[in-house]
Amino acid sequence: MGNKQTIFTDEQLDAYQDCTFFTRKEILRLHGRYHELAPHLVPMDYTNEPDCKLPLALIVNMPELKENPFRNRIVESFSEDGMGNLSFNEFVDMFSVLSEMAPRELKAIYAFKIYDFNVDNYLCKEDLEKTLNKLTKEELTPEEVQLVCEKAIEEADLDGDNKLSFADFENMITRAPDFLSTFHIRI
Amino acid sequence: MPRKSDAAKMDEVGIEIDGEVSDSDDGVAQRRNNRRQAAGRGGAKGRGRGKKPASDDEDEADEEEDEAPRGRRGANKKKPAKKRGDDDDDDSEDEAPKRKRGGAANKKKGGKAQDSDEEDSDAPKGKKGRGGKGGKKGEKEEEETKGKKGDAKGKDKGKDKDDDKDKKKKKKKDDSSSDSSSNSDEEEESMSEGEMARLMEEVEEKKKLIANIRNKPWRMKRRLTHLKEAQAFVDKFEGALGKGKGRKWYAYKVMMTKKWIKFQRDFENFRTACIPWERKIKEVESHFGSSVASYFIFLRWMYGMNLVLFGFTFGLVVIPEVLMGLPYGSIPRKTVPREEQDTAQDYSVLMDFNGYCKYSVLFYGFYNNERTIGLLKFRLPLSYLMVGIGTFGYSLMLVIRTMAKNADVGGGDGEEGEFTFAWKMFTSWDYLIGNAETADNKYASITTSFKESIVDEQENQKDENIHLRRFLRVLANFLITCSLGGSGYLIYFVVKRSQEFATRDDLSWYEKNELEIIMSLLGLVCPPLFETIAELEDYHPRIGLKWQLGRIFALFLGNLYTFLFALFDEVNTKLEEEQAIKNASIYAMKEYYANYSRLMNDSEATPPPMDPADVIRGPCWETAVGIEFVKLTVSDIQVSYLTILIGDFARAVIVRFLNYCWCWDLEAGFPSYGEFDISGNVLGLVFNQGMIWMGAFYAPGLVGINVLRLLSSMYYQCWAVMATNVPHERVFKASKSNNFYMGLLLLVLFLSLLPVVYTIMTLPPSFDCGPFSGKSKMFDVVMETIDLDLPAFMGTLFSYAANPGLIIPAVLLMVLAIYYLNSVSEAYKNSNMELKKKMQMARDEEKNRRNNTDSTNQVMKDLEDLLPNRSLAPPPEPEKPPEPEPKPTKTKPGAAGKGVDLQKDVALASPNPNARGPVSRAPGPRGQGPGPRPGPGPGPGRGRGRGPPPR
Repeated sequence: MGNKQTIFTDEQLDAYQDCTFFTRKEILRLHGRYHELAPHLVPMDYTNEPDCKLPLALIVNMPELKENPFRNRIVESFSEDGMGNLSFNEFVDMFSVLSEMAPRELKAIYAFKIYDFNVDNYLCKEDLEKTLNKLTKEELTPEEVQLVCEKAIEEADLDGDNKLSFADFENMITRAPDFLSTFHIRI
Repeated sequence: MPRKSDAAKMDEVGIEIDGEVSDSDDGVAQRRNNRRQAAGRGGAKGRGRGKKPASDDEDEADEEEDEAPRGRRGANKKKPAKKRGDDDDDDSEDEAPKRKRGGAANKKKGGKAQDSDEEDSDAPKGKKGRGGKGGKKGEKEEEETKGKKGDAKGKDKGKDKDDDKDKKKKKKKDDSSSDSSSNSDEEEESMSEGEMARLMEEVEEKKKLIANIRNKPWRMKRRLTHLKEAQAFVDKFEGALGKGKGRKWYAYKVMMTKKWIKFQRDFENFRTACIPWERKIKEVESHFGSSVASYFIFLRWMYGMNLVLFGFTFGLVVIPEVLMGLPYGSIPRKTVPREEQDTAQDYSVLMDFNGYCKYSVLFYGFYNNERTIGLLKFRLPLSYLMVGIGTFGYSLMLVIRTMAKNADVGGGDGEEGEFTFAWKMFTSWDYLIGNAETADNKYASITTSFKESIVDEQENQKDENIHLRRFLRVLANFLITCSLGGSGYLIYFVVKRSQEFATRDDLSWYEKNELEIIMSLLGLVCPPLFETIAELEDYHPRIGLKWQLGRIFALFLGNLYTFLFALFDEVNTKLEEEQAIKNASIYAMKEYYANYSRLMNDSEATPPPMDPADVIRGPCWETAVGIEFVKLTVSDIQVSYLTILIGDFARAVIVRFLNYCWCWDLEAGFPSYGEFDISGNVLGLVFNQGMIWMGAFYAPGLVGINVLRLLSSMYYQCWAVMATNVPHERVFKASKSNNFYMGLLLLVLFLSLLPVVYTIMTLPPSFDCGPFSGKSKMFDVVMETIDLDLPAFMGTLFSYAANPGLIIPAVLLMVLAIYYLNSVSEAYKNSNMELKKKMQMARDEEKNRRNNTDSTNQVMKDLEDLLPNRSLAPPPEPEKPPEPEPKPTKTKPGAAGKGVDLQKDVALASPNPNARGPVSRAPGPRGQGPGPRPGPGPGPGRGRGRGPPPR
């Protein structure tokens, strides 16, 4: 325990516990994971909030993310610069949102960001096509992709602008029975 | 707003600070002097204040005077700015001026804070203010413009002016209370009731923010700052609430709530740390999907429940008997009979739970019927009965509570068909998958499901298909019913035969164990058969799993009940036998005494008691039943473990290693690796639990055996599934609530409750073994306790309560209540449907209206906020666009969070060369300090470090 305590001060841990859905132990574990991604870059001592960021390439190789077709988008969505470089804060943030305890509304917001490939705050057809191709490893024919995207937009689009705004998305996703159980990563 | 007044004000603020720090800051003194002259009146005032920094109230008043042209409004507006600076920091570079000003204003406080050693949270702000001061001194002109901007902003944002006024007051109050008691009178005056209430409200608000901050879609950094500020705010003002006595009480309450929250958090941490196998299950889940994991979660749940049952049984029955009861060999029921003693230690006998096992604490017969045992006067028979009933009560309660909780979480399967494609697209990927193989399967299954939906969409279901499918489903059900009937008959036949065998002695091993063998075989053969037949039906695997579970359940149920009936037959014959033996044993006893007196020729002498091994004893049907159950459980364990070992492990080894020298591809072709059999395992678990429930009353040790089984099973199966199984071909998610499992469990619980309660209530206990021997019914022990241990009126009370005249109305009442609740839930369901319909209509309407929903709500703003590079920026302002960030890499501190950094830079990038900002800044990532940057001269507008490019 002794050496664990030096990673964060108690205040930091408390603040992290207030800001995330993690327990103290999990935060320390997260730091461990973060540290082991790049042991030479990430300091063990976070008491003075060192500034260090890990690039996307390192993070998407975590076993939790490695198989995820949206791994790049996930990391990019949570990075402040949009390029996928994550500081520890953002790293914790990411897993907090993806944790089991995060509420549906919060998850919906980030899910929207993840699926919004071109970062325009709308899910347009392009985004859907990309999503679909990632989901199916491009096994569907272009016609099928077209059909599915059109149907999806038709189903969820409330305001008729042929793209999904967040309101549309939220309306759709909050009713999805599987969303909560699938949109989570255990770490 | 008149520009001039602004400028004047700015000066004033700047100088105030100067005045304050003058003692410590000699380097700037001269310049300050110059400025003082320039600033004129304001400067004079500033100096005056500098001399007596403590009189804060006066300060405020002066300020107000000063701002006469602007009136109070102006003053208020200034506060908003300040306030925003530290509490609502949508912190961004555009707010820098405000920040500066706020910092300056805060500086006062900061200085004081240093004086009076209060409020460490304020200190950084004060320091920041000091940093900002330099800038102010440097470019007055810029200051002016900025000041105006800040004011404008203040106007924009200071909507809740009243609030801000409040805050001002609070600040004032806080300050004065912290450092000068002389002001307290004034101060008290200023805290009217309404303000108190508002302050309270605000504190509550902050507290709410603290509680909910994790739900806000903000960047972590922003969250952390907000949290810190909110906490500081709460800390600061919570104590200030209430006066005199009330104040102390309030502070105490606050402290206690804090402690309580801390305790809760620690407890929560502790609790999560106590949940075992979290990582193991997670590993399985990531390889095999949630459906397989649901089995292990169920297993873990089961283990928890059995642990509690184990605690009850051992703590209240077994251990008292061991510690305080008579030892082995003291009385007949605790001794192996003479004729069995030779073989009592043989392995085969022990494995059948005969011999020493049978006369041990594991079984019913061992317990003595003494009313109390030991020094503590522990009422063992009563405790035995209570634990037996309590086991059922606890299990029932737990299962039902879990089911209710699950149902709460589940919330209905949602209306299919509304968002088929959208849901598939956005929720079909299971983010838990972390294994390449599983991921491949998932990709495949998603593709398939999309294709299925496309086909559905295109063809809208062909008619002939549906007929064919219906036909196939009927056929499948027919076949399965046939095989169920067949297996039922087989069991019936075998049971009959075994009853016949029971009368004979010359039995082969097979004939002895025929019943168990047949039942195990059925359990082995039927499930795969059902699975094969079920393929005709072509259900979704999740629905298919439920059907499969239901069918195997029916099969096992048949087995179970046949087994039970056979057992009852046996019990009945034993009961008849017992009657005869009872007489015989009495006779034998008399004969023994008669013989003794005849041999000794001394009718007076009391004969030594008969050796307990020689006493003739009854068949003790309870122990026989207990042994049956224990045997069944153990053989069940053996079979299931062997199945895993052979069916999965051996198969995997063969497939893996023979593949090198085989004519076809074993891995991809015929035998392949096994899949994890969810339905079989779940049902195995459920039925095993049924055995435990039924048997626990007659064999208290069974609960212990079961705990061991579950424990080993957890590790063994986790290993087996990871080592030898492959993920399902169609990876499917478990339904959210595993209420189906729970439902099965409940059914089994109920079914196992029946026979036990029946035996307790109707059958007479054996006359010479067990805690209830000598009584005509087992529950007589309760009556006895009521009669002997409770005051007399309790007895009459109970007799009234047991009166049919009372019971029948009670039952009636319950039926009525059930009826009422049922109709209420029906009504709710209807209104639910109605609402759903309305929602659907509203949705259609909205769709038709085709108007854009404007993005004014908070969530949308937050969402926009989260766009890269703007995370910390408030709604953009033309003059100060977000900083174009150098492409950030993981490299150096400079590339940290933009927003906060920038704003700090702004505050710090003063031309003041002796800036001590760097030292005093709040810890945290920061850009290059002012050092490396060439400090631009005090030229107007140049001082802002990485000032925004003019647009």
